[in-house]
Amino acid sequence: MLSHEESQVRSVVEFKVQGRTCRGTQGESLLSALRHHGFEVPSLCFHEAVSPYGACRLCLVEVKKGRRSKLTTSCNYPVQEGLEVQLDTDEVVRHRRIVLQLLLAAAPAAKAVRDLAALHGVEETPFVPRPGEDCIQCGMCVRICELVGVNALGFAGRGVRKHVTTPYEKANLACVGCGACADVCPTGCVKVVDADEFRTIERWHLRVPLTACAACGRGFAPEVHLTRMAGQAKMEIARLATCPKCRGRAYAADFRLP
Amino acid sequence: MEERFRSVTDLEAHRRQLTAAHDPNRTVVAVCAGTGCCAYGARRLAEAFREEIDKSNLEVELRVTGCHGFCERGPAVEIYPQGIFYQRVKEADIPEILAETVRNGVAIKRLLYSDTEGRTYEREHEVPFYLHQTRVLLAFNGQINPDSIDDYIAAGGYAALGKVLQEHKPEELVDLIMRSGLRGRGGGGFPTGIKWQSCRKAPAADGVRYILCNGDEGDPGAFMDRSLMEGNPHLILEGMIIGAFAIGYPGKPRGYIYVRNEYPLAVERLGRAMEQARQYGLLGKNILGTGLDFDVLINKGGGAFVCGESTALMASIEGFVGEPRAKHIHTAEQGLFDKPTNLNNVETWANVPLIINRGLEWFTSIGTGDVSKDPWGGSKGTKIFALVGKVNNTGLVEVPMGATLRHIIWDVGGGPPPGKKFKAVQTGGPSGGCLPESLLDLQVDFDRLTDAGSMMGSGGMIVMDESTCMVDLARYFLHFLAEESCGKCISCREGLAQLCAIVDRICKGEGREDDLQLLKDLSATVQAASLCGLGQSAANPLLSTMRYFEEEYRAHITGHRCPAKVCKTLIRYVIDEKCDGCMACNAQCGAKAIQGGKKARHAIDDLLCTRCGVCMDVCKRNAIHVES
Repeated sequence: MLSHEESQVRSVVEFKVQGRTCRGTQGESLLSALRHHGFEVPSLCFHEAVSPYGACRLCLVEVKKGRRSKLTTSCNYPVQEGLEVQLDTDEVVRHRRIVLQLLLAAAPAAKAVRDLAALHGVEETPFVPRPGEDCIQCGMCVRICELVGVNALGFAGRGVRKHVTTPYEKANLACVGCGACADVCPTGCVKVVDADEFRTIERWHLRVPLTACAACGRGFAPEVHLTRMAGQAKMEIARLATCPKCRGRAYAADFRLP
Repeated sequence: MEERFRSVTDLEAHRRQLTAAHDPNRTVVAVCAGTGCCAYGARRLAEAFREEIDKSNLEVELRVTGCHGFCERGPAVEIYPQGIFYQRVKEADIPEILAETVRNGVAIKRLLYSDTEGRTYEREHEVPFYLHQTRVLLAFNGQINPDSIDDYIAAGGYAALGKVLQEHKPEELVDLIMRSGLRGRGGGGFPTGIKWQSCRKAPAADGVRYILCNGDEGDPGAFMDRSLMEGNPHLILEGMIIGAFAIGYPGKPRGYIYVRNEYPLAVERLGRAMEQARQYGLLGKNILGTGLDFDVLINKGGGAFVCGESTALMASIEGFVGEPRAKHIHTAEQGLFDKPTNLNNVETWANVPLIINRGLEWFTSIGTGDVSKDPWGGSKGTKIFALVGKVNNTGLVEVPMGATLRHIIWDVGGGPPPGKKFKAVQTGGPSGGCLPESLLDLQVDFDRLTDAGSMMGSGGMIVMDESTCMVDLARYFLHFLAEESCGKCISCREGLAQLCAIVDRICKGEGREDDLQLLKDLSATVQAASLCGLGQSAANPLLSTMRYFEEEYRAHITGHRCPAKVCKTLIRYVIDEKCDGCMACNAQCGAKAIQGGKKARHAIDDLLCTRCGVCMDVCKRNAIHVES
């Protein structure tokens, strides 16, 4: 799939959604194009920032190219000239219902899954649930960590034993504790807790000390994370010495009228 | 080895030298050293032959060959020039073989193959198992030494490559393969010509195109690719070099063979074959002086079933987790390392030199349909099947496309063992389907198998008799696939796990009335919503058994019985009046579930019994049977 910058220089193409003519850029994700045009397509594992993966299978649509039509996930399907897209056909709805029932059984403890299922009229599942589970193995955290450049997370195992973890299920020294994984997690199963001068991400066995804000003295970010950010943004670490709140206050002071 | 061929003429001169030196009347003792025979001790047997021959002063060549395909009867030994075929040979038989057969040319009856009626057969091709086959791909497997490139060249090897490099333009070759109607032997049956053409036409800025060979063969019980790689590695290499010329010349074609690490012998022999080919100038820079540069690397796979899928295989070669990716941009355009890539199965590559040597007419005369206008129009050539299960002769079977199941199972396989009744045949490996007796006259080709709800797959063929429970069978394959699913798509990962859970409870007699409908609905979603071939075909064993053996599912659900008497929760072991109280079962029972003293009729305590069946095996009076 193309990055946003790459798709900018690509040509504009026309395609049809439910008979309505739409424009998009050649090769961009069909799901983001559909959402851009105001169509609602459910998904749990798609985020503009990271590469599409196609794990949750909720963004199913029917695409027709030439004479052949087929079902496909729209997140990793490239927009092309002359494409005809149908949303919510009987078949799509039928399969999506079952995928939602599977998700309900796979992660009954995830509120986001229950809410999305309810939105599509699925309140119960005929399948055997896995009590307490709240992760759907969509790998969003893995991909965002890759984008951050840390690669602290990865998949282990195959089939139903597949799960996201750190190497050897131990705290990964490479992890900077930035919390981007928790930010993109669609089910909220990755939790970042800042308390007692420590940041804890229990799921990744992580516990790192927080740097105290130079102004207010409260711990606000792990030191490794600040160093890394300063390096990436080519700025002095001193500018990151205060917490966002205090930094905001300081900047605001500069704008104060005399 | 001395020389490097600088031209096709060099190669042909070398071949003439080899044929001139070859004495057709020379006595050769050929010992099969395929994985099956090695498991029976063939390596030790070959060494013992070597020692005995050295001691005896006989003028005999000892040749270690590849797999004959009749693995059940291993170790196999063939004596040339007579062509006498011995099976189940032991070290103790060696002096007699040398004295009787080698010295006097007399066959030893005891070592010959004998059928269920006691008839013996002296020569390999007379044995019914071989007589009814059309062995072209496997033709040289039992005759040449896979570690000797000279053996292969003497048998006509690399002639197709020479011919191609001298007489054909790459485009003509692609066209030839297109018109031959050759379709992918890995299971999908996609026309090889179309694949080659798209890869050749795909733009490649730096000229790099990847030519890959899929030797990942992961179906339980299937071993045709392994036997080809072990028994005739040069045939596959020759196919790939021809492919490199057709697809990547002029340019920079590069090759990989992806073999699973569980095939150490295949890796070893392919590696040696590549080394020899490099020394002869058949791989590497400027092949046979024609300006074609092409070399091949072996990539050992970790044994994940899903890595047989094309994109997962490529991800694995690139060093990533073997996970399939969406193929909206075909791998022919952007495959391995984002370069145009052509991936064919071992058996497909092996067909290529044959088509060139024997010609289009020959190849299209074998098989079904008409491919003169459309490569999808039929299935041409032969197909190798791994025939296993409840048949008299198990092993590798090569038959023309379009042979009926009856022909394969009865004429070649010798039918079910005495006293057993045929029930179903499972084709296409774990994602294939089960076909009942009523479909025995079905002609086996890509399209007919698919129409019947099964598939060609890589060519596994498991024959089952009355003692197989179809629900239990579906359960086995579902569990295999649920374990082997990469776990990326929810529909496949969770869907297969739930299918397993439902079938598990049916096997326990806890099935619900609406379970059959639930299985059908969920299967449809697993097929439609999953990304790759694994998920899309995973429900096949379930759907085909439900289609042809629905009454068996119903018996489990409503009757709480297992008609085949397999599902443990639904059966009980019973001791009848034939019991004379010998205590044999009592002594063997690990669960201490058998009561009754000496000379008194025993009884089994159902609550303690684990249904392991040991008692039935040890009972000399046949007094124990299974009830359901």
